[in-house]
Amino acid sequence: MQSILAVDDSPSMRKMVSFTLTGAGYHVVEAVDGQDALEKAESHDIDLVLADQNMPRLDGIGLTRKLRENPKFKTIPILILTTESSDQMKQAGRTAGATGWLVKPFDPNRLIEVIQKVIR
Amino acid sequence: MSVMGKTAEAVPTGTREYLTFRLDQEEYGIDILKVQEIRGYEPPTRIANAPNFIKGVVNLRGTIVPIVDMRLKFNCAQADYNSFTVVIILNLRNRVVGIVVDSVSDVMELTPESIRSAPDIESAIDNSCILGLGSVGERMLILLDIEKLMSGVDMGLVTANE
Amino acid sequence: MAETYQEGSGAGADFDLSQFYQIFFEEAGENLDQMEQMLLDLDLSSANDEELNGIFRCAHSIKGGSATFGFSDVAELTHQMESLLDRLRRHELQPVPQMVDVLLESADASRSLLARHQAGGQGEAVSTTSLVRRISELAAGLVPSDAPAVAPPLPAPAPQVAAPAPKAVTPAVAGQARTLEIQIGPLERPQQADAIKELFRDIPGLGAIRDMESTQPNTRLFAVETTSTNDDLLDLFAFHVSKEQVLIRDAAAAAATDDADDDVVVAADGAGGEAYGFFSDAPGAPGTDAPRAAAQAPAQAPKAAAPKAAEPKVAMQAQMESTTIRVDVKKVDQLINLVGELVITQAMLAQNSRGLDAGAYQQLLAGLADLDRNTRDLQESVMSIRMIPMSIVFSRFPRMLRDLANKLGKKVELVTLGEATELDKGLVEKITDPLTHLVRNSCDHGIEMPADRLAKGKSEHGTITLSASHQGGSIVIEVRDDGRGLSREKILSKAQERGIEVSEQMSDAEVWQLIFAPGFSTADEVTDVSGRGVGMDVVKRNIAALNGSVEIDSAEGYGMKVSVRLPLTLAIMDGMSVGVSDEVYILPLSSVVESFQVNADDVSTVAQGSQLVKVRDEYMPVIALEKIFQVPRFDPNKSSNIMVVVEADGSRVALLVDELLGQHQVVVKNLESNYRKVPNVSGATILGDGTVALILDTGGLVRRARH
Repeated sequence: MQSILAVDDSPSMRKMVSFTLTGAGYHVVEAVDGQDALEKAESHDIDLVLADQNMPRLDGIGLTRKLRENPKFKTIPILILTTESSDQMKQAGRTAGATGWLVKPFDPNRLIEVIQKVIR
Repeated sequence: MSVMGKTAEAVPTGTREYLTFRLDQEEYGIDILKVQEIRGYEPPTRIANAPNFIKGVVNLRGTIVPIVDMRLKFNCAQADYNSFTVVIILNLRNRVVGIVVDSVSDVMELTPESIRSAPDIESAIDNSCILGLGSVGERMLILLDIEKLMSGVDMGLVTANE
Repeated sequence: MAETYQEGSGAGADFDLSQFYQIFFEEAGENLDQMEQMLLDLDLSSANDEELNGIFRCAHSIKGGSATFGFSDVAELTHQMESLLDRLRRHELQPVPQMVDVLLESADASRSLLARHQAGGQGEAVSTTSLVRRISELAAGLVPSDAPAVAPPLPAPAPQVAAPAPKAVTPAVAGQARTLEIQIGPLERPQQADAIKELFRDIPGLGAIRDMESTQPNTRLFAVETTSTNDDLLDLFAFHVSKEQVLIRDAAAAAATDDADDDVVVAADGAGGEAYGFFSDAPGAPGTDAPRAAAQAPAQAPKAAAPKAAEPKVAMQAQMESTTIRVDVKKVDQLINLVGELVITQAMLAQNSRGLDAGAYQQLLAGLADLDRNTRDLQESVMSIRMIPMSIVFSRFPRMLRDLANKLGKKVELVTLGEATELDKGLVEKITDPLTHLVRNSCDHGIEMPADRLAKGKSEHGTITLSASHQGGSIVIEVRDDGRGLSREKILSKAQERGIEVSEQMSDAEVWQLIFAPGFSTADEVTDVSGRGVGMDVVKRNIAALNGSVEIDSAEGYGMKVSVRLPLTLAIMDGMSVGVSDEVYILPLSSVVESFQVNADDVSTVAQGSQLVKVRDEYMPVIALEKIFQVPRFDPNKSSNIMVVVEADGSRVALLVDELLGQHQVVVKNLESNYRKVPNVSGATILGDGTVALILDTGGLVRRARH
């Protein structure tokens, strides 16, 4: 079973994502912000990181950057959840090394669709 | 049972069980569902300036419960306190209260057919609290709306503006 | 909630998101609280990035959640708030008081909309049109048409966005602010488009315009924010460029089409914007080599070994995630009840075992001693579950005071001390109303208008201080202000007017107590805030009902201090048992001052049968419990000859009893739940022998003696 690290400071979003992905057959590990996510990524075997952009302490882009600095996470797929798909956001995401993005709010089915394009 | 109405309820439909007890010469029946338990009498803690029929309060497993002596309230011939004195603990909508009666008999099941209304019955208890007359063989039970009876201002448990 | 999704397939499954609504409502509530707090704390002259980002994130989070769960009215409003906050955090705008005001009001509106959804969506939703309009005007750098009378210091035009002098006439806004991308070209000379920029500079209220880099030759590209319609803009531009040369697009839509080539855009959503996308050549992106797949195989083996080491870490992290849990108050109360019962049972055991032979029952007695200790510890622990910090009580005051001060035209600062002081949850709910009244009083009657304060040589800003601290077995809460204080003369004359007996000899403390009389108010005008004079006596009654006391201290011209003293918890009290004939009564230990024996000579009878006793230099009224409670006396040899002096409500009285039986902690039981309020009695408790003893209302007794 594939493991997904779901990072979001909003409990309701986190639960919703967790529920959605678990139903689709993934194992989900939750983190409350970028900092927490870094710790969890170290201690769990993760196949994909799904991170909200706007979070306290360490945001999605920041988390991406830090993960990429670690050789262990050089190739792990990282998807950023963002409420806008502006040039600026995309540029930042690309530079930080993210794999892709998904605009919020999203339909749960779409979330699964996108994830399945990256890992099975 | 509906409560707090000015007139007594209509005669209850469906078969119900009633706990029967005695006050002087009369036998009364009350809805068994309102009865929490039956206990012996223990001297309550007196509450000053309360009416004489409110004997005081007792500790019932941590809850403070007032004890009302119905024999005193309804001017019965005698009101002794001994090892046979019995207290019915009622669990009503807004309160738990104990009433002292002469004796408790049994639990009777009454069908609607055995109950008839009793608009003018002469009883120590106010007619508005009487639901009807139940008959079982030779016995005549005065069925009481115990909830309404205990909530009346004259029973001393509620203040005027409750 | 019916589960309607099918496992595994992922496509076309129905998701019932309503199971997350409750979590979202709570979360949104917390975000709104936080946002409100941060807005109130915001220092407009030197707002830092962290603060602005924090506020932005709150609005952003609520927007995201409400959009995801389908609460579009909330999403729309918070989206507007977010836009304004985004500009603020990017320093494109200077924060002004009107922004804080409209954001606070919008937070209130969001709360209301969410509450409506939480309750099932019935009834009319509060209207947000005016709020949205005001937000957009502020976001566009303008002062809204219903700006409050107090004109704020206007900010210098922010860089990049050339906002016209905001002091100018407020324009009739056509609709809400939109962000547009306007492309003008092809032009023979690109400078022709400069005139367009000038339009925005010269026409107040038109909006804001900024240059963007154009990818096409001879074409100018602008980012524009305006509330005007496209047609209006075209008409305007027509002076300088022909309509065919102008292309107006929604900024979001414009961005969408631009980067189509760069990334692997896989889908667009219904609105024409993008739904998701991948960066070409990014690790893990579909279409690139999937190095992950290769890594899977060797990863299998270590995976098996990893779980064991991961186990303890997982547990620890689960703990870190939730250091608090939410518990239903009913469960806590039930727990406290049960522990209370345990205490009583344990006391009974202790009492019954007193007569046992220590030698023969050594183990039993040792066990009981342990039980005693354990029960006490358990009780303390359990009681502390209900203790919450005063900050919860204080939290509502900054906002309330701000709104009130604004309304009255006064400048008031709130200082809070001792927020960490804890008190029982049951008290929190009951203390909030009285405290609110006291704070309103201070603001309304105490603190003077800014001009008056300056004239008196005081600072323009009045200060109200709320403080809480533990003193002995009580919690003391003070409301202090540096306003005009109480006027002794006014109070005395008002009291005389109302027929209350007063004298010039009365001490200040006694004069201040007069304001607790029902209907008393020396306010010159009745403001609808707190001038009707129904307040102080209700405050005092409420506090007395909590077994507490209120004291006032004041210095005319300097200010006033109201001190509220409350027992730490409603449920447990330190009591002193006294005996009268065969009955036992309990006095709150906190009100007991002293006790002594008396002879008949020490007591003098005065008019109407009331008695006095001389205690050192003071004459004190005597209340014989035997008389008040009509205690039957069976033993003529016993009589009351012990005086217990109690103090409550600012005065003292001596209670005449037979004997002092001891001091101990008592669990306070409510008499009124099954019975009714009894005069001079505040509750009941269960003694070690299982019988009930009445707890006396010393405040009531003291008041009784006064008449």
